[in-house]
Amino acid sequence: MATEEIDNIVSGDYKLGFEVDIETDTIPPGLDEDTIAFISKKKNEPEWMLELRLKALVKWQKMIEPQWAHIDYDPIDYQAISYYSTPKVAPNSLDEVDPKILEAYKKLGIPLEEQKQLQGIAVDAVFDSVSVKTTYSEELNKHGIIFCSISEAIQDHPELIKKYMFSVVPMNDNYFAALNSAVFTDGTFVYIPKGVRCPMELSTYFRINALNTGQFERTLIVADEGSYVSYNEGCSAPTRDEHQLHAAVVELITMKDAEIKYSTIQNWYPGDETGKGGIYNFVTKRGICKGDNSKISWTQVETGSAITWKYPSCILKGDNSVGEFYSVAVTTLAQQADTGTKMIHIGKNTSSTIISKGISAMKGQNTYRGLVKIGANAVGARNHSECDSLLIGSQCGAHTFPYLESKDMYGQVEHEATTSKISDEQLFYLRQRGISEENAVSMIVHGFCKEVFSQLPMEYAVEAKALLELTLEGSVG
Amino acid sequence: MILDIKDLHVNIGDKQILKGLNLTLEEGKVHAIMGPNGSGKSTLSKAIVGHYDTRVTQGAILYKGKSILEMEAEERALEGIFLSFQHPIEIPGVNNAYFLRTALNAKRKHEGKEELNAAEFLRVMKGHLEALGMKSDMISRSLNEGFSGGEKKRNEILQMLILEPEVIILDEIDSGLDIDALRAVSEGINKMKDGKRSFLVITHYSRILDYIEPDYIHVLKDGKIVKTAGVELVEQLEEHGYDGIEEQEPLRTRS
Repeated sequence: MATEEIDNIVSGDYKLGFEVDIETDTIPPGLDEDTIAFISKKKNEPEWMLELRLKALVKWQKMIEPQWAHIDYDPIDYQAISYYSTPKVAPNSLDEVDPKILEAYKKLGIPLEEQKQLQGIAVDAVFDSVSVKTTYSEELNKHGIIFCSISEAIQDHPELIKKYMFSVVPMNDNYFAALNSAVFTDGTFVYIPKGVRCPMELSTYFRINALNTGQFERTLIVADEGSYVSYNEGCSAPTRDEHQLHAAVVELITMKDAEIKYSTIQNWYPGDETGKGGIYNFVTKRGICKGDNSKISWTQVETGSAITWKYPSCILKGDNSVGEFYSVAVTTLAQQADTGTKMIHIGKNTSSTIISKGISAMKGQNTYRGLVKIGANAVGARNHSECDSLLIGSQCGAHTFPYLESKDMYGQVEHEATTSKISDEQLFYLRQRGISEENAVSMIVHGFCKEVFSQLPMEYAVEAKALLELTLEGSVG
Repeated sequence: MILDIKDLHVNIGDKQILKGLNLTLEEGKVHAIMGPNGSGKSTLSKAIVGHYDTRVTQGAILYKGKSILEMEAEERALEGIFLSFQHPIEIPGVNNAYFLRTALNAKRKHEGKEELNAAEFLRVMKGHLEALGMKSDMISRSLNEGFSGGEKKRNEILQMLILEPEVIILDEIDSGLDIDALRAVSEGINKMKDGKRSFLVITHYSRILDYIEPDYIHVLKDGKIVKTAGVELVEQLEEHGYDGIEEQEPLRTRS
């Protein structure tokens, strides 16, 4: 976006309220009922959705921003944020997409074009807040799979949305979830019918583009009985100076014998080494294993954002259900991450695994916060947790806050935590074999993250490795 | 001469460990350094490879006639100086084969050669593994992680065989080895003798010298080489220990 365009938007004489030109691309900063009504109208939403949004707004207005996380930032002025923006022109095909956007996608390694399609991945790319293109829908249609933007789903599948949205993350769950519930602009909806194994990896790329526009994605994935889906979410954003708020909500639901594998690579602008700029990433991700023998697996590689506040969690309601959390969180520069998971064991013989790897370099602060809760009826519940931290340099920090609540005296919970520094001896050993210091560091770091990377789909693992290298570039020596 | 060390003074922290050490390695020869604990044997090996603990305060190390003191550790390695560590460190999660291939390709790139792909590399490695009596699963494990003492030393020798260095420093290569491992390791070392490569065998005990025949024995005492002689010196040391060795006039080996 050219500077003059930005200036126009910032200084532009748009007015609040319904008089706002519906054709406009970005509404001025501020959040009230009019904003919500604008978004809802812009999205062509049914009345019931608008009512839900307004309900969420009222709840949010009564809530207080949480302060408990181990993160530090200047107060956010929620009235200074613009809550809606779209790309200039909504294209019908790739040919109509701004070549600059395509170029940016390319630089970010986002294969929106044929290469990716040939590899069997359907891409629902979200550029700012509106879907640019959805591919492979026909192939998915054959299996009865619904893979569309949440806006489309609200119009086309109201019965599913009414049934499942807010069922895992209630609109008043927390401050940021409430905000999202009021203002979410887009996101993804996936429904896998009974007994269907989704024939391809589903993949959505998010990218924040417009200056000062918070992004509020809303994702809902429902895996019906005996179905399976692997969903990949990858994000990156270009350099910018203004703080940007991102408060997404992701809800996952697995019925009996179903499985959802949810992988994330997050690489939003982290800000500079003084902490200036960068994205605030306050995300609520939660899945419920509703049916017996179902499984939800979260894998995340978090390298970006100035501040990350994120706890992908599993409610293990069905008997024998399984929850997994594999995480690599990297903080460098002045990044802060407070991340972890919650495993809530309700059903019998439920089991959960938590593998968390935190890497801190430069002035990065990395906090693991995890809760394992075993309910009174969760007979035979098991948890295994491993939280490892790796420090690079002496100015960074790692913190671990594991919480355990067990009402079942027979529940089996193991927790291991280690903190290690990349040792000079390890580095020297590799350098003595002719490997450069930079490569030696990335080799040690990859080794540290191996257990998590091995959970990622192949090409994501490759991407994650490259990303990690890029992120830690120059953080040593 | 391939390596020429002149009047080397080295500190570790504030402590002076090497105090004017002179040593010349000849091309194609095996030099053994023997000496009591704390005499500076490991410091010498560390100083040659540019270990971060060592600070050279005086003197010179010339490799093929050029000073290496300003070179980074990895540059020295790429130029052909190899240290078999006394205590090889474990690096969790780093696949041994991947590490070996990365190291080899770094060297090949440095020499302007094509890098090897995984299949080509495995072919190179297979023969070495068999010769060293290493199980093939050792290269798919994490680097040195959970290796026994003998496995670690074999792995060091495997790296030496793959990287084909020109100056090979073996720091206490025989410590912690049983007789089979000692034999395998020695065979690996002897295989590298080609009349061009030079070896610096640092050892406490003479046992390894039965397997790797040295051309010269140097006695290191209190930070200096105090005596240089042929292999017959070993016997003398075994009988009389290091106390019987007095500093002789600096004796340079043939060059």
